[in-house]
Amino acid sequence: MMPSYVQGWEKIWHYVLRVIAGLVLFYLIFPIFVIVPLSFNALPYFVFTEEMLSLDPAGYSLQWYKDFFTDINWQTAVKNSVIISLFSTLLATFLGTLAALGLSRSYLPFRRAIMAMLISPMIVPLIISAAAMFFFYSSINLQGTYVGVILAHTALATPFVVITVTATLSNFDYSLVRASHSLGASPTTTFFRIIVPIIFPGVISGALFAFITSFDEVVVILFVGSYEQHTIPWQMFSGIRERISPTILAVATILIFLSILLLLATELLRRRTERLRGITGV
Amino acid sequence: MTDVVNDTTLKTRFSRTERRKRVRALLLVLPLFLFICVTFLAPVAEMLFRSTDNTAVHNALTNTHKALSSWDENSGELPPQAAYLAIIADVKAGAKKKMFTRVGRRLNYQISGVSSMFRKTARQARRLPDDIADPQTALIKIHKKWGDVNIWRGIKYFTTPYTSSYYLDATDFGYVLENGDYARKVESQRVYLNLFWRTIIMSVAITLLTLLMAYPTAFLISSISSQSANLLLIMVLLPFWTSLLVRTTSWIVLLYQEGVINDLLVSLGLVSDDGRLELIHNTTGTIVAMTHILLPFMLLPLYSVMKTINPAYMRAARSMGAGAFTAFRRVYFPQTVPGIGAGAILVFILAIGYYITPELVGGVEGTFISNRIAYHVRSSGNWGLASALGFILLILVLLMYWCYDKIVGIDNMKLG
Repeated sequence: MMPSYVQGWEKIWHYVLRVIAGLVLFYLIFPIFVIVPLSFNALPYFVFTEEMLSLDPAGYSLQWYKDFFTDINWQTAVKNSVIISLFSTLLATFLGTLAALGLSRSYLPFRRAIMAMLISPMIVPLIISAAAMFFFYSSINLQGTYVGVILAHTALATPFVVITVTATLSNFDYSLVRASHSLGASPTTTFFRIIVPIIFPGVISGALFAFITSFDEVVVILFVGSYEQHTIPWQMFSGIRERISPTILAVATILIFLSILLLLATELLRRRTERLRGITGV
Repeated sequence: MTDVVNDTTLKTRFSRTERRKRVRALLLVLPLFLFICVTFLAPVAEMLFRSTDNTAVHNALTNTHKALSSWDENSGELPPQAAYLAIIADVKAGAKKKMFTRVGRRLNYQISGVSSMFRKTARQARRLPDDIADPQTALIKIHKKWGDVNIWRGIKYFTTPYTSSYYLDATDFGYVLENGDYARKVESQRVYLNLFWRTIIMSVAITLLTLLMAYPTAFLISSISSQSANLLLIMVLLPFWTSLLVRTTSWIVLLYQEGVINDLLVSLGLVSDDGRLELIHNTTGTIVAMTHILLPFMLLPLYSVMKTINPAYMRAARSMGAGAFTAFRRVYFPQTVPGIGAGAILVFILAIGYYITPELVGGVEGTFISNRIAYHVRSSGNWGLASALGFILLILVLLMYWCYDKIVGIDNMKLG
């Protein structure tokens, strides 16, 4: 609602603002969804054909999806992506959560310096990390191995876990721990019955961030990995570079739906965290 | 007396407990700390070392470098016979490993023509006896450049164990054979400084564009009811969660010459069929696609700052007679400056190091310094130069990041 003192030209501005914001949001969303109908194109073009525009079923086909599910290169890429992301996520979540438990204590010595070092993989431009890791991992024979790629991806993903879990712990009430001790619980019981349930949503959303980081990562793997470890982004990158095929649009569509699912998952987690913290939010 | 004793024991017990707590916290952090040190910080540190490291060349020509240490390179005279003997000794020492030829390739970055000269010498000097009477004549017979004082001076210059030559190359200085020293390259050959400038200018342009788009949008989202705001925020977060390659693919499909946008313009009659716009593989493509990719990074910090601004201030300003624009300029806008600072620095840091998108949509003119670094790592093999360029870029980013820390604080970094 507009306040009563709003004058004529301000009213105009009120609508102009909505138009501007609408255009910006359109610019954000439209490019992502334009791919979806194009991935069902019966012809190997990247534009809307006459048949598609007239909604003629002959203009649509599932052949690019079939291509994706039957092509050995794409299937290996899916397998590699899952293996690499899964191991990186597990390792990053474990290490990052432990570190966050330490970092959330105000009496930890050199806290700021340690924090800066631990989140440095997020700050250093990817190309520099990729080149540095390529040189270093080559010299210890880890370049072009699954272990090398998983270690590199774990390093890139841990800052996200550290940040999300630290944020969850930022207003953790340690008197709960003392209360649990005073009621006779052992430190182990306290950890599993008090601390874990409270930080759990933070850990899960940290893990989701870690998974996305690894699953979507393409710069470092191009340098640290070899074709044997080629993932979905790797396959897309080389596909776009050589000759873009409509199969890439089908893969992109599948990835878009996966990201919608992920977005919903994080949204639900965020709300749960707020509920647990007793913040009555939306 | 006993009181005092008890007091001290209490004190020591207390400080012991405190210390134990600190150690426990440190132990929790330790595994990740060690992991990051080994898998990430060590490689980056090694890269810093690599950008000044010349030990490979120094070791391969160690006899020669030693023999040249007493020779005055500016005397205009050829080095003594001992230096020629040393070359033969180095060829024989490095022959098995093909080292001598490889060093020639490395020196060729700075002194053109050395590569073939070293290759030829490596092949033929092996047959020369160790105690040859006149090595100078023998070597000059193999390749006439062994009689060139400037080449010798260059070899002396470039066989030190550490070198600043990569940094000089990375800032468009070139080795001038005739003077035996580095000098600034002529304007037409200044590749890297121009590239750094172009990277910075494109990043600034992208930052400004995201700011112009994000400011009104964030303002609107922060001023509507929270239910509608949540819906709009999901529209902002979705691109944030969508794969970078998916978004880059979208822009290729939209922008290329036979693509969706050009088709639309042709069918609307705004552009003729043979006058299709070139929107991709140039600066336009890079800026349009990267603005789209980085927009959420500007929008979210701005929104979170605007959310905290109390609307009563604006109402107060208006009730005291300020016009809408004045109230905005003097009351609302100053409160959003931290958000602008945070978003702008974040977008700039991310933009300046981008590789994938410029590589796919930038063509030749829309590429960034990172594409050049990748080229030196993967294609040209000049790893020292790649490391030097990488470090200049890293220092730029760390400076920006230091500013970010001053404005926002690392601890307040939030995600999503």
